[in-house]
Amino acid sequence: MLNQKQNFLKGIIKDNPVFVMLLGMCPTLGVTSSAFNGLGMGIATLFVLLMSNIVVSLVKSQIPSKVRIPAFIIIIASFVTIVEMVLEAYIPFLFEQLGIFIPLIVVNCLILGRAEAFASKNNLLSSVIDALGMGIGFTVALTLLGVTREILGSGSIFDFRFVSENANTLILFILPPGAFIALAYLTVLFNKVSTKTS
Amino acid sequence: MFLALFIITLVAGLSLGYVNDLTKGPKAQAKLERKVNALKGVLPAFDNNPVEEVILIASERAKDSIEIYKGYMQGKVTGTAVIGSSEKGFSGLVKIMVGFGPDGAIKNIAVLEQKETPGLGTKMKGEKFIAQFRDKDPSSFDLRTTKDGGDIDALTGATITTRAFGEATQLAYDVFKANNKMKEDSKN
Repeated sequence: MLNQKQNFLKGIIKDNPVFVMLLGMCPTLGVTSSAFNGLGMGIATLFVLLMSNIVVSLVKSQIPSKVRIPAFIIIIASFVTIVEMVLEAYIPFLFEQLGIFIPLIVVNCLILGRAEAFASKNNLLSSVIDALGMGIGFTVALTLLGVTREILGSGSIFDFRFVSENANTLILFILPPGAFIALAYLTVLFNKVSTKTS
Repeated sequence: MFLALFIITLVAGLSLGYVNDLTKGPKAQAKLERKVNALKGVLPAFDNNPVEEVILIASERAKDSIEIYKGYMQGKVTGTAVIGSSEKGFSGLVKIMVGFGPDGAIKNIAVLEQKETPGLGTKMKGEKFIAQFRDKDPSSFDLRTTKDGGDIDALTGATITTRAFGEATQLAYDVFKANNKMKEDSKN
């Protein structure tokens, strides 16, 4: 059981997909201009990761290793398309905000990476726990980045403003260069804290 | 090998088709709701369904035909909403919905689509900017920026966005006028 706990925690701290492995940088930098966007993207990715890990783990023995990558991509792309349709139907606001980055979850190397490196070699339970750990780690990282950029760039958290509408905020942080700056500082901070505690 | 891939694509295709069928209704519903909400924001109270009675007009100044929605209260026109757009925004398309009263004055404007710079151009959604347009009749109110000799105070650091917004509003007004004129001509 201890093993599964480690398996879960590694995705959040030791092998955090964003701050340690630096995977999935495209959505990480692209959509985190606000805390809500970061959280929404994180949860969408978590869902796709969980479902693809489950399916890949279940059918791994049926797929010839020569065609495993195309097979994984089809599985992942199907779940991404499902997420896209469901978001458009039920959370149109988030669908509009995330825009092109939803279909791009397909090419998030975190998801294919976990399918190839973990789910195709481990049983269902381990794969589910791995997906949950990695997905939560990704969500936490994106939300942190979104919160940081929103506070500095718009003067608000989760759309709750704490400065007046005309106040001058550091607009740089909601523009693309701000994403790189915020990510770099958060990565340094995260690794400093996690190496100290471990 | 072929069989495995075939089965995977088959299952994927079938399940996507199933989810598509499932979400088709809610997707259309969500789109409609967004439009009705925008209409409620720019028109005086109405009791008909303007979305069903949309009028489409072609204009050489816009790529798509322009949508006109009329709001009625007990059979009388209370306002007209026109969707204006401009390609000249800082990052391309700016699409807005302008509500006109029966007298031709602007009631309210809602921004439908934009990709402007966050924190600068996006302030066109702000109350302070939109308030400049309310209750103004574009026949006497110049929709250009003060810099270009018009009556609109440009957003700080977003003159291009302001110009695009003004142009989109002007387009909406021109189409509104043209539509009214067409109706009067057909009456005579």
